Amino acid sequence: MAMTITEKILAKAANRSYVTPGESLWLDVDVLMTHDVCGPPTIAIWKKEFGEQAKIWNKQKLVIFPDHYIFTKNVHANRNVDILRQFAAEHQLPNYYDVGTERYKGVCHIALAEEGFNVPGTVLFGTDSHTCTSGAFGMFSTGVGNTDAAFILGTGKIWEKIPESMKFTFNGRMPEYLTAKDLILQILGDITTDGATYRAMEFDGEAISGMNMFERMTLTNMAIEGGGMNGIIAVDGVTRLYLQEIGITQFEDFTSDSDAVYHSKYTYDVTKLEPTVAKPHSPDNRDTVKNVEGTKITKAYVGSCTGGKITDFKYAAKLLLGQKVKVTTFIVPASTQVAKQLEAETISGISLKNIFLNAGCTIAESSCAACLGGPSDTIGRSTDGDVVVSTTNRNFPGRMGSKSSQVYLASPLTVAASAITGALTDPRKFL
Amino acid sequence: MENIIVGKAYILGDNIDTDQIIPAEHLVYSTSDPEELKKYGHFALSSVPTEKAGLPDGGKSFIVGDNYQSEYSIVISGSNFGCGSSREHAPLALQVAGVKAIVAESYARIFYRNSVDGGFLIPFEGNEKLNNKIKTGDEVEINLEDNSIKNLSDGMVYKLPPLGSVYDIVKCGGLFNYARKNKMI
Ligand code: SF4
Repeated sequence: MAMTITEKILAKAANRSYVTPGESLWLDVDVLMTHDVCGPPTIAIWKKEFGEQAKIWNKQKLVIFPDHYIFTKNVHANRNVDILRQFAAEHQLPNYYDVGTERYKGVCHIALAEEGFNVPGTVLFGTDSHTCTSGAFGMFSTGVGNTDAAFILGTGKIWEKIPESMKFTFNGRMPEYLTAKDLILQILGDITTDGATYRAMEFDGEAISGMNMFERMTLTNMAIEGGGMNGIIAVDGVTRLYLQEIGITQFEDFTSDSDAVYHSKYTYDVTKLEPTVAKPHSPDNRDTVKNVEGTKITKAYVGSCTGGKITDFKYAAKLLLGQKVKVTTFIVPASTQVAKQLEAETISGISLKNIFLNAGCTIAESSCAACLGGPSDTIGRSTDGDVVVSTTNRNFPGRMGSKSSQVYLASPLTVAASAITGALTDPRKFL
Repeated sequence: MENIIVGKAYILGDNIDTDQIIPAEHLVYSTSDPEELKKYGHFALSSVPTEKAGLPDGGKSFIVGDNYQSEYSIVISGSNFGCGSSREHAPLALQVAGVKAIVAESYARIFYRNSVDGGFLIPFEGNEKLNNKIKTGDEVEINLEDNSIKNLSDGMVYKLPPLGSVYDIVKCGGLFNYARKNKMI
């Protein structure tokens, strides 16, 4: 029976030879990921439900990254990290990445990729809606709540409804003024924020083949913004090379059958697409940058799991080289590895870090920072009636802090161009 | 589990995301400390823009003053309720505030799962848009036996689609009870 890549991976996890969309099945989970916001309540539920003798089903398969509320004086937030630390010590967890140590990584979805937890053909659940990011590695990954996570923590199993798949094909070669962010915002405008609810979003085509892993992760990251259960891109040479460099050579490589059944198919010619934004207050409120050009901004923000990867900073630095920003501009590397890369990578002999500093940007420590507002002392948080242009993935009311602020989501090129002029600006002006 | 749920309705629009249900800055409170837990109720739905809070007129706070419980126990909303983050604090906050059931045109997957698996509240999907047929403050009655919702203020009855395969988990009051009953754990 013909199946999509998502169906094949889920069939394997359900110990079945095939699955049909719509059926609810129990799956074997390969990796469970959690962080400082959802980890403590997950642990509390696990202890309450399994009793004081509760056992972790497989310590090797549990990964914990403190990343959300890290650099804050908020006592409750700090207590959450203390709970994780204590839990990790008590159970001698091999995959806990504590803040304040050499092991600290930053934003979980990027750290999962860097640390080799994204293995093609496997099934990963995480207590974070953007867990779908890992799907860029030809695997099934999705977010769950604390009860589901606590259940996995004790049993290694979870029920899931097999999703129908939607296919998004991007033909043509990416023009230099476009990034993966423009493509996903394009899709979201077409399908809206619930257009993929309970479905898999599969991406392919020449433009995708030409993308590095980080750009691919921008696409799968925002599958959830369309309501998608997971986003997925099949393994190819680019995936293999990335994995080989971090020592992963053994994995199962699934692909969709040519006669697999899809809920719907969308095809785009990337050479015809324009730099795109999502206007306040929804990721599907799409417009071209041209149409909103000139809108005054008060802050610019490059960071988060979707827009704080090394490629995002390369794009931004390309435009900011030798320029000065007109508004407060935050540079938040998603992970400590990305932060190191900012020093190592150069354009015209100048490190990305210095390009940003020379342009007048503020560089923050790796974490989720103001992507989700956070405690009042969070760096980059929007205040009052701020108008922010940001590479993050959500612009719901109050998401970046102030309920009365307005957030435009855009590519790192558009954010950099807008930071230079102080108003929303098409990046082609500087390319 | 009760088969009849009666309460005052609170009406919302489409795309009520988890940041509107419980803003991220409040996710730091303990979920096991009974006193701190009340904070979740107190801040439930606190980021819904004022003009959209309590339709059709808006401007009706879900929680009044220092309270942590709302006078409304049934939320009726449009499409894509609970979109956004995976925070289970969202259905938890609504439960702490006293919400028993939600009737929405559709749900985001994680919110729906969390409501059912955590046993926080019952998420019904409406056959039709009910958020422009029922008003904030109307007294409504949900009947789980014949899958219907009645507006006691005007006598109108609307059909609800059956809960389907998740009904077993709902009846048990959550995933863990369900698994214990079926000897899975
Ligand atoms: S960076 Fe933002 S979207 Fe990504 S995990 Fe952190 S809070 Fe969530």
